[in-house]
Amino acid sequence: MNLLELRGLTKHFGGVRAVEDVSFRVRDGDIISIIGPNGAGKTTLFNCLTGLTRPTKGKIFFEGNDMSGLPANRIAEAGIARTFQNIRLFSRMTVLENVMVAQHSRVRYGLLRAVLRGRVFRDMQRAVRERAMEYLELTGLGQFAADLSEGLPYGSRRRLEIARALASEPKVVLLDEPTAGMNPSETSGIMTLIREIRQLGRTIILIEHDMKLVMGISDRIVVLDHGVKIAEGGPEEVRNDPAVIEAYLGSEAVHC
Amino acid sequence: MRRFANSPLFIALWAALLFLPFRDLRSAGILFALLFAFLSLMFVIKKVKPLSCLPVRLRLPDMAGHRNILLLCVPILFFTFPFFMQNYYLDVLIMFGIYALLAMGLNIIVGTTGLLHLGFVAFYAIGAYTYAILNTRFGLGFWICLPVSAMLSAVAGALLAAPALRLKGDYLAIVTLGFGEIMHITLNNMSRLTNGPNGIIGIEPPSVFGVSLGRPDRYYYLVWAAVLLACFVIRRVTGSRIGLAWLAIRDDEIAASTMGINAMKYKLLACASGSFWAGLAGIFFAAKMRFVSPESFTFMESALVLCMIILGGLGNTYGAIMGAFILVLLPEVLREFQIYRMLVLGVGIVLIMIYRPYGILGGGSESART
Repeated sequence: MNLLELRGLTKHFGGVRAVEDVSFRVRDGDIISIIGPNGAGKTTLFNCLTGLTRPTKGKIFFEGNDMSGLPANRIAEAGIARTFQNIRLFSRMTVLENVMVAQHSRVRYGLLRAVLRGRVFRDMQRAVRERAMEYLELTGLGQFAADLSEGLPYGSRRRLEIARALASEPKVVLLDEPTAGMNPSETSGIMTLIREIRQLGRTIILIEHDMKLVMGISDRIVVLDHGVKIAEGGPEEVRNDPAVIEAYLGSEAVHC
Repeated sequence: MRRFANSPLFIALWAALLFLPFRDLRSAGILFALLFAFLSLMFVIKKVKPLSCLPVRLRLPDMAGHRNILLLCVPILFFTFPFFMQNYYLDVLIMFGIYALLAMGLNIIVGTTGLLHLGFVAFYAIGAYTYAILNTRFGLGFWICLPVSAMLSAVAGALLAAPALRLKGDYLAIVTLGFGEIMHITLNNMSRLTNGPNGIIGIEPPSVFGVSLGRPDRYYYLVWAAVLLACFVIRRVTGSRIGLAWLAIRDDEIAASTMGINAMKYKLLACASGSFWAGLAGIFFAAKMRFVSPESFTFMESALVLCMIILGGLGNTYGAIMGAFILVLLPEVLREFQIYRMLVLGVGIVLIMIYRPYGILGGGSESART
């Protein structure tokens, strides 16, 4: 079944065609990678998917419902979570609080309940805390729970972003360059983590430049260049596609 | 520049020049000589720069173990004050309570949610004038006006915020500043309702079963009951998912919205609930003074309350109370030293900013807030 479907998604910034008529489908449980040279429109695509920018044209269907044009918080509630290429943690909150925030739309209580703190409130609050701890353990950050997130080392900050995205209990997780700036051993750690996330039944869409990671983990790969989808398929197919080679290495390389 | 600023000569010269307007040249010279000698000695003995031989950050003693004792002792102490204190001191403590309410309210907006609001005094004014008008014109009592004033302030807070919150940072600050000024001008000019610059006199103090609470010793308990209630409610709200949402918006609004937080809704809620406590402070102010005039609601008040929460530590409810304590009581204590008053206050604030750059109780993690 198609969990997510993009139909002719287009985003223009004035005269710049950041994303042009991109369509693809994501099945439940897949790992999809989106690759392409710098400036190909990958992050803009993510911004459209998560409601941070409104697409100029085209539709996004999530579980059969039209999501295009909804505000970011509604899309997050529906079950799409993301990480950011330039880390955007809540820097002056603790690591645990960062993850607890993500449970925002998974518990429902108002001002009155918060002030009275009855049984229901305490049960919910305990559940939120426990679940947040679980996600921290999954990403290996349990020991940092009480630290301020701005004090974490770089690699851990990236992991915390993933923990936070998971804690909003999404069906689809969008990871925007989760291994940017990481060394090979950290990168393979992230690769293992992504596999574990799939085990949890989450669908993953990945923007990534590390080809070893992309080829090793993806079920399907979508290639963008100048905002246009130039190829789509399994790792082998994409690797040998002349259009992809041309986009990455220039047209000379194809003829050699 | 940094090396120069660290030299004993510069520091001594700077202190002496600051001192000069208050005494003659000779005293300033003596101060300079003593300070220079002392700092140079430090420099030789410790072989360090004078400024950096002081601790960079002062750490507060760890109160976690004594917290419950503190939370028990401080209220008991406060409870006994009216038994032995003169009315003057009680009046100061009542003003402290009113400013504590204001500071806690503004702290929700500026400290927790990170919206720089410079027109907070407008909601203080709305609370005060609502009671003043309802009481003198329509004869409504304090207890009916109490919720009305607070709710009206909260609604006004949300109504202002609705358009203003489209702006961020400095632009939001300018718009809220403008709103504060508009309120001040309106109070001055809407003479038929507010009696203009002359203000409204003859406001009744509250009473319970025929017993007037206007006396300072009784009014003291009333105000501080409200402060305790505010502290209790605000801490519980900031400790819930609502408070977490506010903090998240403060740190990164875009990330917060991708976590399912409706940023606009929570910013509105922050403005409304902050203004609610300002309205409450306003009605307590009006009922205490029995007189309101636009003069009490100038931009200086907004700035003062902002100073309180910055001094106390942004985002910390106890910090807001402590900031109110310092900025209400210190000027009173220093009243005898008239001309040095602002100097001591200024030096104190500079010292706090050096040693506790996030405010006296600020910069803490989760435990400091919840």
